[in-house]
Amino acid sequence: MTVISALRALAVAFVAALLQAGVISSTLVFGGAADLLLVVVVALGLLRGSVAGAVLGFVGGLVIDVVTLDTLGVTSLVLTLAGFWAGRYAETTGRGRAFAPVLSVGVITVLAAIFGLFLHYMLGEPVSAHQALVTTLFPALVLNLLLAYPVFRLVRRLVGERVVAEPSREVELVV
Amino acid sequence: MPRQRSARSAALGVTVRRIPTTPISQRSAGALRRRLIVGALVVLALVLITFSFRSSEGGSVNSIQSAGAAALRPFAVGVNRIAQPFRDGYNWTESLFHARSEAARLRAENERLRQIAIQNQFAKQENAYLKRQLHYVSGRSFPRDYAYVSAAVIGRPSTAFAQAIIVDAGSSRGVRLNDPVITPDGLVGLVTRVTSGSARVQLLTDQEAAASAIDVRTRASGIVRHARGTRETLVLDRVRKEDVVHAGDSIVTAGWRANGLGSVYPKGIPIGDVTSVGQSDTDFFQQVQVDPYVDFGALDAVLVLVPKTRASTSP
Repeated sequence: MTVISALRALAVAFVAALLQAGVISSTLVFGGAADLLLVVVVALGLLRGSVAGAVLGFVGGLVIDVVTLDTLGVTSLVLTLAGFWAGRYAETTGRGRAFAPVLSVGVITVLAAIFGLFLHYMLGEPVSAHQALVTTLFPALVLNLLLAYPVFRLVRRLVGERVVAEPSREVELVV
Repeated sequence: MPRQRSARSAALGVTVRRIPTTPISQRSAGALRRRLIVGALVVLALVLITFSFRSSEGGSVNSIQSAGAAALRPFAVGVNRIAQPFRDGYNWTESLFHARSEAARLRAENERLRQIAIQNQFAKQENAYLKRQLHYVSGRSFPRDYAYVSAAVIGRPSTAFAQAIIVDAGSSRGVRLNDPVITPDGLVGLVTRVTSGSARVQLLTDQEAAASAIDVRTRASGIVRHARGTRETLVLDRVRKEDVVHAGDSIVTAGWRANGLGSVYPKGIPIGDVTSVGQSDTDFFQQVQVDPYVDFGALDAVLVLVPKTRASTSP
């Protein structure tokens, strides 16, 4: 990952975090809001690998926590794991698969909601499982899935894709 | 050192050569580095959570967070301003989509409120009526020898041949055949059919109904019955020509008793006011028209009079 592409990826995560905190989280559709930052972090993880996904997820989450004056580290932790998981998926079985962005976003949206609920519960904050896992999750899941492909293509255009060397073949035929 | 071995295939007779592969130690180092970075990030996040959660208002973590928020505020404001037109557009579009459902919701709410208002109006009228009924039954004009059974009107099977109502009190509440039925306004009629839970009341306006009555002022007596050709007008029949009856006189039930027999109606139940008095040379009796006090078309609740002697002996 070059410095330029790293800065671009950082800028994308930063802008996505600001958009998420300022605009998208307050734009409710059917009672839920899209999580643009989560979708961007997943896209970055898929495109740039697990380490980059984890770092950018951490940074994006930190920006969210700072801007919204929430408990520092909660969103960072969730998005770190989200970016890492997406990156690992891309580095292993998901590489080059057309449905990888949608699948990743779908699975990670659900897991992030559950994990976020768990974290807030562990912190002793008043949480409603029905609110978090039913009322808002379903619209958010649908919206995130709708965003998955466009955001993935946009992020790929902005930060590029990590070039991964094809795995070496063990045997080569020489005629 | 990577292996650079060649082999010859026995079957195909071609040279097979292994190419260099990534050393295992190098791959392990990459995985270790990856795990270290992610582990460090997770630990850092947990540390942040811990410090943020445990720090008091005005603590160091809060101060750092406030400073960070202040530093990021221009960016947040900028993004907000850039996004504002889009947000306005979205809200406008959303309001368009919601306008139809909002109108439908308001229509439904309006309908519901109208029904509630009507119900309240009915309840108010019923309340006033029941108060008047209560005042009447505890007053001096209520017949002393009778107890009462309050009953709601649940049916009006009035036809061209019969004027009647159905009330929700029957033999289980002590109502029997020929029990008089009244309201605080006056005489309504007579129970003509009884079941355990309901009773049919023949109205005074029925063609077959009749009640002996007197003029309160002159004591002129007669029989109140339905006036032919009308629906809710009564006549005081059998009033002798020498008796004096004037328009405006009040007519009440006579409540006669003779030789162990008696009228089914108690004495003094108001029936109506005399509206006109006429007589011809050929008729034996005067023609007295009576306007009933009771509005027979708007009966909601009535009182069935039950003789106290029967009420005390009934189970």
